Amino acid sequence: MTAENSAIARSNMTLEMRAWNIRRKALLMGEVQGQGYIGQALGVADVLATSYFHALDYRPEDPDWEGRDRFLLSIGHYAIALYAALMEAGILPEAELETYGMDDSRMPMSGMASYTPGMEITGGSLGQGLGIAVGMAMGLKRKKNPAFVYNLMSDGELGEGSTWEAVMSAVQWKLDNLICIVDFNNQQADGPSRDALAVGPEAPKWAAFGWHAQEVDGNDLEALVAAFDTARNLPEAKPRVIICNTKMCKGVDFLEAREMNHFVRVDPDEWAKALDKLEEGKPQ
Amino acid sequence: MTLASMARKYEPRQVAQTKVATSAMIASLAAEGYDTVSAPFGAALVDVARQDARILGLSADLSKYTDLHVFANAMPDRFYQMGMAEQVLFSAAAGLAREGFIPFATTYAVFASRRAYDFIAMAIAEENLPVKVVCALPGLTTGYGPSHQATEDLAIFRGLPNMVIIDPCDADDVAGMVPAMVAHEGPVYARLLRGKVPTVLTRHKPDYRFQLGRAQMIREGRDVLVISSGIMTMRALDAATRLAADKVDVAAITAEAAKGGRLVVTAENHTVNGGLGEAVAKELLLAGIAPRFRMIGLPDAFLEAGALPTLHDMYGLSVDKVAAQIKGWL
Repeated sequence: MTAENSAIARSNMTLEMRAWNIRRKALLMGEVQGQGYIGQALGVADVLATSYFHALDYRPEDPDWEGRDRFLLSIGHYAIALYAALMEAGILPEAELETYGMDDSRMPMSGMASYTPGMEITGGSLGQGLGIAVGMAMGLKRKKNPAFVYNLMSDGELGEGSTWEAVMSAVQWKLDNLICIVDFNNQQADGPSRDALAVGPEAPKWAAFGWHAQEVDGNDLEALVAAFDTARNLPEAKPRVIICNTKMCKGVDFLEAREMNHFVRVDPDEWAKALDKLEEGKPQ
Repeated sequence: MTLASMARKYEPRQVAQTKVATSAMIASLAAEGYDTVSAPFGAALVDVARQDARILGLSADLSKYTDLHVFANAMPDRFYQMGMAEQVLFSAAAGLAREGFIPFATTYAVFASRRAYDFIAMAIAEENLPVKVVCALPGLTTGYGPSHQATEDLAIFRGLPNMVIIDPCDADDVAGMVPAMVAHEGPVYARLLRGKVPTVLTRHKPDYRFQLGRAQMIREGRDVLVISSGIMTMRALDAATRLAADKVDVAAITAEAAKGGRLVVTAENHTVNGGLGEAVAKELLLAGIAPRFRMIGLPDAFLEAGALPTLHDMYGLSVDKVAAQIKGWL
């Protein structure tokens, strides 16, 4: 599929503005619940903006359209970020923003396929998304469907053995319709990922397994656009990975400066303050 | 330091020369006198796959040991060799099911139930996807020891919502369950009998046909009612024939309520914890029926290695032991 054909991609709103809108929506949802994985959402907003407003082809009014590029959220706790992107993309109605995390909401705290339009899989048990992506990419090839499968995973998931089973399998089956995005923010539940199992270097590791590997600043939209274009247009019959180095809490300076933590603590009065800070950085 | 549980490995043993040697993985479960069918699962899968293009086969380096090689040879372009990687085997099967296919994924029961459980639970069962998990070496069907003896697989999968479980008795059950698995829209876990599989049930009940989710009376009897699944139905029928000579009338059904004052016995190739016996006991209690009740099954233990006939006798699954246990309870 060519994203150029999509009405979303043709709109004249800049990616900067899309990313800013995603951050704002995520903060508004965090404010509703008084909690949420806001650090990750702010960090990955540029990656999601590039995905949904540059790379992916989809029909907002028909989230199950057979020709859509599949976007899998392996990291279930990033749901707040993906809901923001799905609202920005018109797949989820913005009016439901205030239901985030509530009983009967379509937007539970952890992403599940049976709850939310546009949520392709149930993530959360980490290390499962890439394996499912392998099967979907195989299935698309069988159907001769030219769509891509994107799998967004975290650096912590690099510690799961199942990730590496899927890494090898994708090469074995020459899945050139599979693009894996690793959000490398170097934070997992107990501390820095680099101090756990993500000892690096990441890109050479994936390349050694036979993937086309790129490593980019995941908060640099130009670099992201270039990396996604390279990944989509590569002629080689191999799977592609983009390792995106992102900064937790990007865009809200006082949270960025806070001692980094997997679950960023935001006091009740700070949500409004964070929204004000974001407002100051609104793209012109 | 030697753990008490390890002490036996330092005791030299006298091995009786009359004992049978440990059999290979493909242990014939057929009792004397039964005809066998070769690889009924592979043949049945090819048959349904010819009618239904959605059906695919996947294995984690055990296609030859799950009779899936029959399918792979007949339809090579619909077979995926996933390598020795059970987690991606089931994740990828989930992905293929999401794209509209019906994947049959095979491995050994220990690896599906233990190693890959989270992937079967979250990627397949939670989504109610039509992935068919087909596993050889269920319960005690190999002498290799606990690494290959899936003595608790039914307990594990009984706890999993959406998952339908099939424990076939013979070649007709194996052949009959395959189209039933395709017709069922959700996930299925099937215990597989592979290699030369005996034909048992039609010999005792000529019009027997596999039915998903239905217990069937195979043999009527007044004194004892045996409710069984899998290969233990074969054992129970053979034991009933033997006990008939002793004027004990044993009824056997493959997994129905029990009224009328008979001794009720469950028989399963599985630990007595969490399998058929407990399921039957629950249903009886909920229905307010309290017959005399006994369970035949494997003990709550990691089992020994050895020859399968020796082990079946040791753990009470042989015809001799099934007949003796029932007689002892009367």
